[in-house]
Amino acid sequence: MSVVMKHHLFWPLCVLAALLLFNLCYSPDFFSITVHDGHLYGSLIDILNFGAPLILVAIGMTLVVATKGIDLSVGSIVAISGAIACLSISRGADQNSMGLILTSVLLAAGLSLMLGAWNGLLVSGAGIQPIIATLILMVAGRGIAQLITGGQIITVTSTKYAYIGSGSLAALPFSIFVVALVLVIALLLTRRTALGLFIESVGCNPAASKMSGIRAHLVILAVYVFCGLCAGIAGLLLSSNVSSADGNNAGLWYELDAILAVVIGGTSLNGGRFYLTGTVIGALIIQTLTTTIYMIGVPPEITLVVKACVVLAVCLIQSDTFRAAVAARWKSRHYPAEKEMSRHVS
Amino acid sequence: MSLNRKYIPIVVTILLFIVMFTAGSFRYTGFFSLQVLMNLLVDNAFLLITAVGMSFVILSGGIDLSVGSVIALSTMVSASLVQQQGWPPAVVIPLVLLMGAVFGTIMGAIIHYFAIQPFIVTLAGMFLARGLCYVISIDTITIDNTFYTAMAQTRIPLPGGSFLSISAVIAILVVAVAIFTAHYTRFGRNVYALGGSEQSALLMGLPVARTKVLVYTLSGLCSALAGVVFTFYMLSGYGLHAVGFELDTIAAVVIGGTLLTGGVGYVLGTFFGVLIQGVIQTIISFEGTLSSWWTKIVIGLLLFIFILLQRVLSSRRLTLKE
Repeated sequence: MSVVMKHHLFWPLCVLAALLLFNLCYSPDFFSITVHDGHLYGSLIDILNFGAPLILVAIGMTLVVATKGIDLSVGSIVAISGAIACLSISRGADQNSMGLILTSVLLAAGLSLMLGAWNGLLVSGAGIQPIIATLILMVAGRGIAQLITGGQIITVTSTKYAYIGSGSLAALPFSIFVVALVLVIALLLTRRTALGLFIESVGCNPAASKMSGIRAHLVILAVYVFCGLCAGIAGLLLSSNVSSADGNNAGLWYELDAILAVVIGGTSLNGGRFYLTGTVIGALIIQTLTTTIYMIGVPPEITLVVKACVVLAVCLIQSDTFRAAVAARWKSRHYPAEKEMSRHVS
Repeated sequence: MSLNRKYIPIVVTILLFIVMFTAGSFRYTGFFSLQVLMNLLVDNAFLLITAVGMSFVILSGGIDLSVGSVIALSTMVSASLVQQQGWPPAVVIPLVLLMGAVFGTIMGAIIHYFAIQPFIVTLAGMFLARGLCYVISIDTITIDNTFYTAMAQTRIPLPGGSFLSISAVIAILVVAVAIFTAHYTRFGRNVYALGGSEQSALLMGLPVARTKVLVYTLSGLCSALAGVVFTFYMLSGYGLHAVGFELDTIAAVVIGGTLLTGGVGYVLGTFFGVLIQGVIQTIISFEGTLSSWWTKIVIGLLLFIFILLQRVLSSRRLTLKE
């Protein structure tokens, strides 16, 4: 039992299960999935579908956090990627031509790669604190997205582009497959090759890992590039789901949700350890929470208050000092000698 | 003339402000007037007040992401109490200030006593304050209280036909008090010491816990005051007021030459950082054809330049030490 409890997925899965259970009690048909025109419909499918962009961004963020970094610019990259894709499609003569869609998607992906590389270069090349380095793109990126869309919402009428975010493959939303693909690639790269170890060692101690022959700069650069790409794909999913790009609001607050998902998933913000599966569960928890709040009819704005409490609770549980304080309170007996000891030890 | 290296960033900031203002004056007719200069203060009074609080937080080596939300919450609380409950402003304003200070204190205490990164705690604070706004109301509450309209409309005449608003005067006072606090009081020296190295400050016997918590209290108080001033400016309370404001504030502090790792910087630099942001906006509005998103891009660029500059300067200082 204690082995199960010690597993890093134990608490996140418990929270997710509790949330789902609550939903089941509240509305009995929560788990029901109906087939309509060969597509599956249901609350669970919705959670997966709407949660897809967040999971993607959070996967990229996990690796960045693992190197003791943070990427605040993901929300802006989401907006830029959606904006550039929609702009290039709306300029095309035939919005449904496969070539145009592919070029636009590649353009957006390439641009988000470049933006990720920019962040990576600032962090690894110029040695700027990650939070500050990515702040630049967070501020300027929103402006760039608005510049691309002209401050308005670009609407596209391409059924093929809409397929990416709202189409379905084998009765499941297509976006789930995109997320699964990225997740599998990330898992294979980090857990089947030494790359994951490199990332963790750079997160623990960049100088020491450099001494032992790891190209720390390259690892950090790669991680930010990957994070940028993930955010870019998330932007494609988001914009194609609604067939429009909104430079002002697309991806707003995404960085915060993504960081929250990473933290809930058990990855410490101090770097050196990461759990991709935990992050996915964390993102699903956030999405389920949002859905739950919508469903029980609480004004959606209160989501923020709930999220704040969740962030705080998760962080307090992660804090050693807090756990020690609580544990000391729960212990029924105190021995004077022990108290004396602990004072000297600490 | 040999300039002390520690003054370089702030001198660059001030020069940049002068250059931008001069360039604007040559380019646009009507730009070069005392009123345009005063309007920088009038329109950015709340940014200035928030940025002063943020300077202390950043000088101590922390960060406060909750400022924008606390401003929104202050406007919301003032509006609902004054407008819907009919409380007198003389009670509401101190109450709002107290609320901001307590909010900051709680965040500071969590940051210090549970050793959680300031980034995360203030992020939670940001969610919480923004959410509380919506708990109060999701609509705009317009204020037509005579005191608030009087505060909004009063113009303090200055020689040369220009004027200042009461908010701008409050902001200038805050800056003056902050400069005194930062450089001439024990608390200010503690903040600098804490930002330089927390461990050294602790070993030196400085009250690290008190200083750290007080810094966030101060930032909360400043944000609440900025919220009050913002209420004078907008004459309404709304949950979406000042969205993304924390970044403008951090940008102002950084452009003002304060090092984000803490311990280095001046409140006066923040003052000019705010003025630079104001000048960018004024130039964009004078240009007429440029859209507002250029502000963000230019501020991003400036941030980049200043961070690189700081990086170069601090690395040179390190090599000199070695």
